[in-house]
Amino acid sequence: MSEWIIEVRDLNKYFGKHHVLKDINLRIRFGEVVAIIGASGSGKSTFLRCLNGLEPIQGGEIIVDGVAVNGKNTNLHKLRQSIGMIFQNFNLFPHMTVMENIVLAPQKVKKIPRKEAEAIALNLLSKVGLEDKAYSYPSQLSGGQKQRVAIARSLAMNPKVMMFDEPTSALDPETVNDVLDVMKELAREGMTMIVVTHEMGFAREVSNRVIYLDDGKIVEEGAPEEIFYRPKNPRTKAFLSKVINV
Amino acid sequence: MNFDISALYKAVPSLFWGATVTLRVTILSIVIGLVIGIVAGLARVWPNAFLRAISSAYIELVRGTPLLVQIFLVYFGLPALGLNLDPFVAGVIAMGINSGAYVGEIVRGGIESIAQGQMEAALSLGMTWWQAMYHVILPQAFVRILPPLGNEFIALLKDSSLVSTIAIAELTRTGQIIITRTFKSFEIWSGVALFYFVMTYAISRVVKYSEGRLRYSE
Repeated sequence: MSEWIIEVRDLNKYFGKHHVLKDINLRIRFGEVVAIIGASGSGKSTFLRCLNGLEPIQGGEIIVDGVAVNGKNTNLHKLRQSIGMIFQNFNLFPHMTVMENIVLAPQKVKKIPRKEAEAIALNLLSKVGLEDKAYSYPSQLSGGQKQRVAIARSLAMNPKVMMFDEPTSALDPETVNDVLDVMKELAREGMTMIVVTHEMGFAREVSNRVIYLDDGKIVEEGAPEEIFYRPKNPRTKAFLSKVINV
Repeated sequence: MNFDISALYKAVPSLFWGATVTLRVTILSIVIGLVIGIVAGLARVWPNAFLRAISSAYIELVRGTPLLVQIFLVYFGLPALGLNLDPFVAGVIAMGINSGAYVGEIVRGGIESIAQGQMEAALSLGMTWWQAMYHVILPQAFVRILPPLGNEFIALLKDSSLVSTIAIAELTRTGQIIITRTFKSFEIWSGVALFYFVMTYAISRVVKYSEGRLRYSE
């Protein structure tokens, strides 16, 4: 088995004529926590969405857990079971309770019996601090609670890697930390994580590696202390000086 | 004004019988229309382009021609192909096919009104397109589809008066027949209108009730 959970080679992605991702090369090890930072429109979210096949790519290759995401015979449904995805807007299913949200995929996709799936769900809910919300509907939760349910829902599929697409950007400031705490705990447990984020504090504190994306290209990457305290590229410097309040 | 209430009163049993025929035609057409419409609506959002094209063609053709012409086509036209249908069957088939096109558009609209993120979240959990559609998109779309679907059922019930032209003794036709005997146009047409209204109002209440039962907050 390869030490890499994700390998991206010469990835190119276009929206029509617009070249959004340019010759991206990246490898991510099992257990790594990678933060992807960059300005809005730099292609961060698109990059993440390419990794689980939500966006088609026009050039290059993406290998996740040894499987080519864009291979002709790839079973994307099978592959996605091992890639958790957290969205900025949670995307909880509003017609289902929290419990139903979490057990749906394990039951329907993995054919886990209801009782067992519920036990897993309750366990995960207590992990994210929301066991008392199991029978609430998403509309009854705060943003931070919704995002923690979304994380529990993803974890219920027992993924090998968790991807977060600006998980705290749509949250009220006072609920951001609840979500970040859950993510930190996940990182501590050794979960492989890729986090597109504007939370520089989180990136600095939790990630093993920071990638700075600018105009569809990886401009700089390295350990967080390198990127944040000794950025080499002037564009990285310019970006960081804008987002970090000194 | 000269309103002969006794003429109307005497016509009530016949009108009632006509109304039951109207109701039977409508209910059967609704069932056929729902089946065709759900398939057509799903086909319009299906990943397969060929299915989408077929469904679009069906919907455009049916919506672009009058129901009356469609009824005539099925009843008077199909015998040329060796298919002789009983008026009732011909009427129900024509109305069902007609309604299917409108229901198809309603279903498509309902599905497309559900945020794209719902499908993406479901797919990201490893569900197939169909599982996502069935468990996540359709239950939500259904709640939004109900009100326009209610409108479609009401329109269909009223449009069923068109099958009176192929000698089905439904409510409108029954009224006409009574008037040729009694010459009480005003009284009988008032009665016919009242019968239609009672039926459409009942549909409207049933739809309202189901909406209330199914609603969840978003």
